[in-house]
Amino acid sequence: MNGPFDFTLALGDDALIAAQRLAEWTTRAPEMEEDIALANIALDQLGAARLLLSYAGELEGAGRDEDALAYLRDDRQFRNVLLVELPNGDFAVTMAKLFFLAAYQLPLYTALAGCRDERLAAIGAKARKESAYHLDHGALWVKRLGDGTEESHRRMQAAVDQIWPYTHELFAADPAAPVDPATLRSAFDETVDAVLAEATLTRPESRWAPAGGRTGVHTEHLAYLLAEMQVLHRAHPGAKW
Amino acid sequence: MYGNDFSAPDDATGGGLLGEVEAAEAELRAAAARQRRGGPAPDEDLAAYFTAVVDAEQKIEPRDWMPDAYRKTLIRQIAQHAHSEIIGMQPEGNWISRAPSLKRKAILLAKVQDEAGHGLYLYAAAETLGISRDELVRLLLDGRQKYSSIFNYPTLTWADMGAIGWLVDGAAIVNQVPLCRCSYGPYARAMIRVCKEESFHQRQGYEILHTLSHGTPEQQAMAQDAVDRWWYPSLAMFGPPDGNSTHSAQSMAWKIKRFSNDDLRQRFVDMCVQQAEILGLRIPDEDLRWNEERQAYDYTQPDYDELMRVISGDGPCNRERIARRRAAHAEGAWVREAAAAYAAKRAGQKEKVAA
Repeated sequence: MNGPFDFTLALGDDALIAAQRLAEWTTRAPEMEEDIALANIALDQLGAARLLLSYAGELEGAGRDEDALAYLRDDRQFRNVLLVELPNGDFAVTMAKLFFLAAYQLPLYTALAGCRDERLAAIGAKARKESAYHLDHGALWVKRLGDGTEESHRRMQAAVDQIWPYTHELFAADPAAPVDPATLRSAFDETVDAVLAEATLTRPESRWAPAGGRTGVHTEHLAYLLAEMQVLHRAHPGAKW
Repeated sequence: MYGNDFSAPDDATGGGLLGEVEAAEAELRAAAARQRRGGPAPDEDLAAYFTAVVDAEQKIEPRDWMPDAYRKTLIRQIAQHAHSEIIGMQPEGNWISRAPSLKRKAILLAKVQDEAGHGLYLYAAAETLGISRDELVRLLLDGRQKYSSIFNYPTLTWADMGAIGWLVDGAAIVNQVPLCRCSYGPYARAMIRVCKEESFHQRQGYEILHTLSHGTPEQQAMAQDAVDRWWYPSLAMFGPPDGNSTHSAQSMAWKIKRFSNDDLRQRFVDMCVQQAEILGLRIPDEDLRWNEERQAYDYTQPDYDELMRVISGDGPCNRERIARRRAAHAEGAWVREAAAAYAAKRAGQKEKVAA
């Protein structure tokens, strides 16, 4: 990554794609309370995405606003990590994604709140409170499912096994960035180890570490997500909504 | 919460209805402050006491004696209302992923979330009458209780988000504002909160249509098409004409219902005509005109045969709506079981620690 624009754009894309996936659960959650909770988290992510993308547009100085960045880029120009674009799967997979993402975003936003860029610091200060709630929520479900029934344990372990490889990309070193993601790894490991242990789950040994999101080389899933998200906006060039 | 961050235009509507909700709230507080006379005397007839409380515009509360039919009517009505909120999430949820701007996406997501909140709030109000949410959800899934038929129509374009807000939420508010004065306390209080949020949703819908009708020719056409499709189903939301309405008379006497279906429908039409003019959209009714004598608009009635078909299950989306709800319930069963098993284990551990 290169400079505050790329960094801000990458964080904004993480939040936007996470919001888009979480919102897919609306009307489909296992409990009505959970429908509300997932929508709430999606709204938090969307709110952070809007702040980050708006700021990225300003940093770039080419006149692109949040909507131009969200709706008028193709998948090769998106900079989100692969983890957020993966399909929702069952509820266990969604909770694995949510838990790992929050365990990364909480130390990230906390560090950002203390960075020198005032705008990023303000966004970090706001978003870290929300991430703390997302982490609580995700961790609670990982524990419930891990230490619930035989079936839920099996599903939750499978979800952890499936998602875990994608967590490595979150911590790719970038010493020039306002917050170097590599510095967040130990806080993440500490959180994850404690929760997985309590949930009677094991951390997979897999050394496979898929990556490429930060340079715009994504999974096959992202283009479909964007096709749906962007279809209406692109069908009416220049229209106001 | 992020999302509800637009300023409504100055001519946004809903203010009049919101004023009525606030008046009902003040009335409710005043009634609570007056306090009811003490409970019934030991030898007093419970039915007479119930009638006296209702006639005095006081509220019946969960622990009070009430006629069985009153309880049943309320359970049916409140449950139907709760189911409508939950099923009503689907037609609008259909456009969250494709909302044309991030701001609109946030507003729509927050709105659908509000509907889930209303559903839970109303199920809780129904539970004060001695039935559980699980039982009510079962009745919905088995097709033994209804939800508002309007949600069996499809949302085909983005403009439908505007038309649902303006017309469907508008009709819902006209229906619900009098319920803020309902004789059953928990329902009246729930309705005050729900109506306040609904009037906000109605303004959001109006604002979507306003933006579209002042946009490109394609956007204007999209807005008019949505109004054309949603107008008559919205009129049908007030139910069959008064002569054919089965529950009305008794509900009026119990002060659950305050105005007839036709009176509310008329009120809604009169309200919309002026708003449509400001929007620059046409209400699809050739016979819509002001009647000086009645001091109200003459209008074409909706197709009540169609309403009956949709109520009986043959609307465009009845099958899909209920299938989605059943699928969410069935696919979530293992999650709910896990949560229960986990909670039981925790409770067991706490007992051990305490022992």
